[in-house]
Amino acid sequence: MLNIQDLHAKVEDKEILKGLNLNIKAGEVHAIMGPNGSGKSTLANVLAGKNGYEVTKGSVEYDGKDLLELAPEERAWAGVFLAFQYPVEIPGVNNVYLLKAAVNAIRKNRGEQELDAVEFLSLVKEKMKLVKMKEDLLNRSVNEGFSGGEKKRNEIFQMAVLEPKLAILDETDSGLDIDALKIVSEGVNSLRNEERSIILVTHYQRLLDYIKPDYVHVLSNGKIIKSGGPELALELEEKGYDWIVETEAA
Amino acid sequence: MSTNSENMDDLVGKDYEHGFVTDIDSDTVAAGLSEETIAFISAKKEEPEWLLEWRLKAYRHWLTMEDPTWAHLDIEHIDYQAISYYSAPKSKDDGPKSLDEVDPKLLETYEKLGIPLQEQKFLAGVAVDAVFDSVSVATTFKGKLADAGVIFCPFSEAVKEHPELVKKYLGSVVPAADNFFAALNSAVFTDGSFVYIPKGVRCPMELSTYFRINASNTGQFERTLIIADEASHVSYLEGCTAPMRDENQLHAAVVELVALEDAEIKYSTVQNWYPGDENGVGGIYNFVTKRADCRGNNSKVSWTQVETGSAITWKYPSCILKGDNSVGEFYSVAVTNNHQQADTGTKMIHIGKNTTSTIISKGISAKKAQQAYRGLVKISKSAENARNYTQCDSLLMGDQCGAHTFPYIEAKNSSATVEHEATTSKIGDDQLFYCLQRGIKEEDAVNMIVNGFCKEVFKELPMEFAVEAQKLLGITLEGAVG
Ligand SMILES: Nc1ncnc2c1ncn2[C@@H]1O[C@H](COP(=O)(O)OP(=O)(O)OP(=O)(O)O)[C@@H](O)[C@H]1O
Ligand SMILES: [Mg+2]
Repeated sequence: MLNIQDLHAKVEDKEILKGLNLNIKAGEVHAIMGPNGSGKSTLANVLAGKNGYEVTKGSVEYDGKDLLELAPEERAWAGVFLAFQYPVEIPGVNNVYLLKAAVNAIRKNRGEQELDAVEFLSLVKEKMKLVKMKEDLLNRSVNEGFSGGEKKRNEIFQMAVLEPKLAILDETDSGLDIDALKIVSEGVNSLRNEERSIILVTHYQRLLDYIKPDYVHVLSNGKIIKSGGPELALELEEKGYDWIVETEAA
Repeated sequence: MSTNSENMDDLVGKDYEHGFVTDIDSDTVAAGLSEETIAFISAKKEEPEWLLEWRLKAYRHWLTMEDPTWAHLDIEHIDYQAISYYSAPKSKDDGPKSLDEVDPKLLETYEKLGIPLQEQKFLAGVAVDAVFDSVSVATTFKGKLADAGVIFCPFSEAVKEHPELVKKYLGSVVPAADNFFAALNSAVFTDGSFVYIPKGVRCPMELSTYFRINASNTGQFERTLIIADEASHVSYLEGCTAPMRDENQLHAAVVELVALEDAEIKYSTVQNWYPGDENGVGGIYNFVTKRADCRGNNSKVSWTQVETGSAITWKYPSCILKGDNSVGEFYSVAVTNNHQQADTGTKMIHIGKNTTSTIISKGISAKKAQQAYRGLVKISKSAENARNYTQCDSLLMGDQCGAHTFPYIEAKNSSATVEHEATTSKIGDDQLFYCLQRGIKEEDAVNMIVNGFCKEVFKELPMEFAVEAQKLLGITLEGAVG
């Protein structure tokens, strides 16, 4: 489903990703952990196609296609979804209006029938339950004045509505209170299936108690330096990153 | 407009049948401005002596004035002697014979705006009978308005039919000597619109549909006078979202509004004159003086404008809040793209007690465009408990454009409250990327973000126009990002 090989990427002339390899099969959940500034969000942005990130080497194959060849919106049409670490506010743009535009843009480009207002509303109603989304957030401007937790929940709500094939959740757990973490995790779990792959970027083992990953990777200084099963996260929780980074360096 | 600019010059150069006034002889006066020219115009229009005198007085004053230079604009010197101040409609035979002869880019724009075919022809100046179709529609409107006692006619007709009203109110809000362009307009104005709403009457329709079909002959020196008598109400809409061809480069209109006790006037403008091409060649200079006099107690005037066109816009719709408890509002969206320049804003002059004014200005600049907001809030000594709220937001697209804000506040009464907020933001790469990531195309994303930015103003526009204005904004800014 996703095969990243020897990926190098620069931001403003600074090399951030330095030979990253990652292979994700359909239906798998991969957790990516790693110190601040190690390049996790950069990886997410490169996969989503953000402007200003220059891939200097390596390849990314997604669903049999060269992902790097596609424009950001084409990636979205192909099923790539990024839940942002810092969801942006868009004043004056109604939250649910944006979502409807997104749903229909994606459907249209896949050659599917666009949803009318009634169909869309029933889809929204169904998905709202999944993440216990508050109704009033739907009709406010996108993320404007949302609390940190509300923004994150909104991201997962969008994911539920858009039903991506590859979802990259960048620190979706940060800023969520204990109850919200549980609800959002349950939401994500209910979206797990054999076709959908998920990349979870997180700093906290706690999220992984709720969403059990198939693999855990440690990203440090632009490379994956260690991979393992869920037990790796526990070990990291206990010992921090230094021991791996040191082992690697040795 | 980035979409229709390339061949626009060809179009602008062609003769164009405006179609509002059909019974004028086809004389054109030679270029140049003198007392003789003014006398000629006045005679052509069969005006009474007092009006000729009024024009001449304005002209004599104009001669003593100088072009304003204070605005944040880069204007080439205008040769006022090179302009022809009176030209009757040209023969329609010179215009395009069918839409096939019209710039396809212009048609594309009409298409995007969803303008009906007949109207497209009319706007593009195609010599067909589209105009006559609309005449019958207009007649129906006229009947309805007449039943309500509303007077709505060309200015020159009002001079003949309702001289007492014209004499009483003309120049009572914008004196002939008010400023350089107002003085010029007063001397040479050719036509415009006149509206009178009698006491206690709510105008039975938006004066928009009618206007849109009929009054596209705005001419170069347009004069508009609207009087809302006691406890009356009118909503007036000027302009058109579709880009109009026009052969005059200089437009200097004057609009005067008078609101008597308990009256309300809502004046909405969508201005989309030709802005020049991508290199800043051609384009209309739009120097307008718009002012409202809230003469009566509890009167209210609300200006809403969407300015997307013209090469240069110089315009400050203002309110003089004389009556106690009177209310002035100014809602503005100004978009400048490519080489366009706009210097716009408002003046709110508080004189009466408990007067309130609200100013919401949204400026959007893209490419190399420059824009300035210039606002004056003046609280006179007599204006007990006056209140003003000003919000001034600028959105920049790209890093070669500029936005400048010049808010002036003069408060001479300590019981007044004046609030001012200003923000400048760049259309965020992050906002754009967020939308793209959700599968929304760039063009639609920009549209969405910009319309979101302007929402507070659009909601003040009459419904159908708000929808058109939104589309217009998208088209104006096409290609502005990326
Ligand atoms: N636009 C940019 N300009 C300059 N440096 C950048 C830019 N974007 C990212 N970087 C740098 O790239 C490095 C990796 O950043 P990134 O956001 O990918 O880290 P991260 O692993 O997601 O960290 P965190 O855990 O704090 O979210 C950092 O050193 C950051 O400062
Ligand atoms: Mg990060």
